[in-house]
Formats: sequence, structure tokens, C-alpha cells
Amino acid sequence: MLELPQSMVDRVVEHARRDHPDECCGVVAGRAGHATRLFEMQNAERSPTGFVFDSGEWLTVYRDIDDADEDLLVVYHSHTMTEAYPSRTDVRWAVNTPGTSWLLVSTRSDELELRSYRIEDGVITEEELRIAGG
Amino acid sequence: MAIEVRIPTILRSYTGGDKAVQGSGATLTALLDDLDSRHSGLRGRLVTEDGALHRFVNVYVNDEDVRFLGGLETKLADGDSVTVLPAVAGG
Repeated sequence: MLELPQSMVDRVVEHARRDHPDECCGVVAGRAGHATRLFEMQNAERSPTGFVFDSGEWLTVYRDIDDADEDLLVVYHSHTMTEAYPSRTDVRWAVNTPGTSWLLVSTRSDELELRSYRIEDGVITEEELRIAGG
Repeated sequence: MAIEVRIPTILRSYTGGDKAVQGSGATLTALLDDLDSRHSGLRGRLVTEDGALHRFVNVYVNDEDVRFLGGLETKLADGDSVTVLPAVAGG
């Protein structure tokens, strides 16, 4: 189960719509499973079919999270032409972020599609996304 | 020649859980060889069988991505700081 405040969910959706038709990406830091901070990341690929964290920005954000004794709770990104379900590329890269939720938002239509997954050892498991007030 | 190397969580199984280790070498390749002599297997997570830097990791020397420096042949000096991070990407 992933619980996020409404304000963070709104930011993810807004980010995805702003960067459409390119994919957006970012992370949520957390402490003991509770979301603390959201970081929008630049998609260094600026692509409608993929994303890569800008390496310099990622170093800054990773250090910020690590220095605050927080964890990487969520990696989020958008799909702009397909459903909010992990692609084969997502599964391949998810080995780098064990224990992290992969939150996907689709901007292929006006209808909101937002789903969260655990991807462990190549196996995709959808998890409940609970949106809390605030 | 002492160089501090910061290791990300997912690679700490190779360093006995240590967040940072010390190594030496005049280039990044030499440093990774030195580290692998004490932390067996670490090099293989960073360098492909073809001898290229693995695309799944970012390696920084003094906070500069080595892909924008000299790659694995990037020169190192005493007191330099090396940071390894998992790259994050998807499709």
C-alpha cells in the first residue's frame, strides 16, 4: 500500500500534464513509509517514450534525501500514449530501486489514470494507492 | 593515495554495509580494480564484460558525472571523492 497526501498527487498529475507529450519523472522521499517531500526531476531524454533522471540533478536530490535520513519511497513517471502500467523498460530498470513504489500516471486521455506498483525480481504487483487529505 | 568512494544502499552488500570505503588508483579503472580486491564483485556491478561503464549506474568524481569527464579513464588525485549512484530511468 502506498499512501500519499492529496497535495502530492495533485503535483504529480500537474507535472505529467505540463510535460505532455513528453514523459515526466520525479521522486517522493519518505520516512518510515510516510511521504515527506516530492522532487520533480528533469527528464534528461525529453522523450514521449522514455525517461532518464538528469545525473547531476539526481546526485543533488539523492544526497538531500540521504542526508535527511529519508528513504526513496516513490519513483513516479508518466506514460503519454499508453496505460498507467509498467513497461518492459520500467521492469528492467526497477532492479535499481528495490523497496520503492513505482507510481505511474497516464496522460493519454483527459481521464485520470494513476496507479502504483511494486516491481521486484521482474514481477509487477499493483498496490493500493491511498490518497489522504492535505 | 586515498580516495573516498560513497556507495549507494543497493551496493552495500559488497562493502559489509559501509556507506563509504577508501581506495586508491591513478584512474577510475585502477580505483575499481583496487576496490574489487577487497570488495569482490563490486567492479562487476559497475563495469560491463566489454569493459565499459554500466549504463545502470552513475559514477561521479567530485560531483561530476564521469560520462562527461574521461569515463573509466578519468584521472584521479589524492583527496578526490567518488560517488556511485544507481541510475533511474524507464520507458
